[in-house]
Amino acid sequence: MPAIIKTESLSHVYSQGTAFEQAAVHDVDLEIEKGAFVGVIGHTGSGKSTLIQHFNGLLRPTSGRVLIDGEDTWEHPKQIRRFRFKVGLVFQYPEYQLFEETLYKDIAFGPTNMGLTPDEVDVRVRQAARFVELPEDMLQKSPFELSGGQKRRAAIAGVIAMNPEVLVLDEPTAGLDPRGRDRILGEIKEYHQQQGNTVLLVSHSMEDIARLADKVLVLARGRVFMYDDTRAVFARAEQLEQLGLSPPQITKICTRLHREGLPVSPEIFTVGAAKTAILSALGEKERNR
Amino acid sequence: MKLSDITIGQHFPGQSPVHLMDPRAKIVVTGAYIVMLFLAQNLLSLLVGAVFVLITYPASGIALRLILKSLKPVLPIIIFTGILNLFFVSGEPLWEFWRLSITAEGIRLAVHMCLRIVCLIAGSALLTYTTSPIALTDGLEALFSPLKKIKAPVHEIVMIMTITLRFIPTLIEETGKIMSAQKARGADLESGNILQRMRAMLPILIPLFVSAFRRAEELALAMESRCYHGGEGRTRLRVLAFSGVDVWAAVFTIAFVFAVVAINISGPALGIPGTLR
Repeated sequence: MPAIIKTESLSHVYSQGTAFEQAAVHDVDLEIEKGAFVGVIGHTGSGKSTLIQHFNGLLRPTSGRVLIDGEDTWEHPKQIRRFRFKVGLVFQYPEYQLFEETLYKDIAFGPTNMGLTPDEVDVRVRQAARFVELPEDMLQKSPFELSGGQKRRAAIAGVIAMNPEVLVLDEPTAGLDPRGRDRILGEIKEYHQQQGNTVLLVSHSMEDIARLADKVLVLARGRVFMYDDTRAVFARAEQLEQLGLSPPQITKICTRLHREGLPVSPEIFTVGAAKTAILSALGEKERNR
Repeated sequence: MKLSDITIGQHFPGQSPVHLMDPRAKIVVTGAYIVMLFLAQNLLSLLVGAVFVLITYPASGIALRLILKSLKPVLPIIIFTGILNLFFVSGEPLWEFWRLSITAEGIRLAVHMCLRIVCLIAGSALLTYTTSPIALTDGLEALFSPLKKIKAPVHEIVMIMTITLRFIPTLIEETGKIMSAQKARGADLESGNILQRMRAMLPILIPLFVSAFRRAEELALAMESRCYHGGEGRTRLRVLAFSGVDVWAAVFTIAFVFAVVAINISGPALGIPGTLR
């Protein structure tokens, strides 16, 4: 698979040359394959937000390069907007960016900026609204009349409507109740499956990452600590815990059972898989009796 | 210009003599300093005012570079003032072109005005750099408390001022976030004519206002749930008290004011041309 996002010794230093100089991202070499669902984890201040803002050219690397689909993002600074449409970035608490009179106009903001015709925009808006399960009749409402979860989904639709090749979401479920969280994650997963786009999901919830991502990127102190298949990353539980990150609760239970001598694999990340494994382990015990 | 460059209204905690001054004293000294700048009638006495800032900044441990940063946003005003004074002051012309003429008086006045604005901003910025918003409120309230006798809501007015100051950095940060979010949706803030650019600001201003109102409401709720009911009957955790630093600051400031007045009076005798008539 060719790399859709590639960074070459990417570094970013904030307030360079002043007393407040602070390296947020340090010498990152990374290749993200087309069509992958990548979970991004790391402690607060590990450089997650800084890194993802390089992918759509909101930040300019202080050194190194970022290549999107083989193109250097900052080769022609005047054309940087192209990459904003290629890599759609959903910020934390995106509902605070809603501004239009109607939801329709707000979702149309991105596609309109792309220079699409009104007809094309219309198709994009309705498609995006369908993805986040906002009913058609809601489109003519003011975004400020919606509930918190609806606002969040509307804001995500605003980015999805640009039909980006890469969708980056920075903690899209922060501050939502469990039902709202599951709903958004389900919609993102569905979007990924249907469109086959590359998705990067920044999250603090190991459970969510374990359930959704094929690969996991672990950042620590502005560097890539691990980048591997989800299974391989969570198998290195001790190293993760040293970073203050903890593998999913269910993995901890399975690891413990494994250590106690039960035939349960320590590489289990979802409750469903754990249930099957534990039941079969119990069955084996019965049979051995 | 980057948004992070705006530092006015920010507070940099520290333990310097300037930080340790009583807020009342600091406010009075700042007031005296402003009066001093307006008293200065020739360039030499104004330079004395500039020296005051050049001494107090290092004494407070605040980098002088921060002055330049806080000046950036008002640079257009300074340049405008400078040009206006440069060309529109009558006197003996040094250089003439079409209807414009530059006079020695014009140059002097332009320099004087610009320097005065720079000193004004730098000096008053130091007050907020070195004083926490809470200390600033306490100081202002104490200084304005005589007005309570005529039933002026001093405490409330001061509280409004403090909250405003407190929220400047927050709102700047918020603006940065909203700008990034709209840029991520392809908002073009950098090109187009003035009208297009103004329209391009709408997607930033509307969410900013919405969030300012939301914050105001949250803050009001938080204050009310802690039984805030205005200034009546409120006692203080930290009672303001003058100390040795304040005496020294007073002596220092009075010395400068005297120096300025002395140079003003003796200016003509010393042959220093006055810039203001």
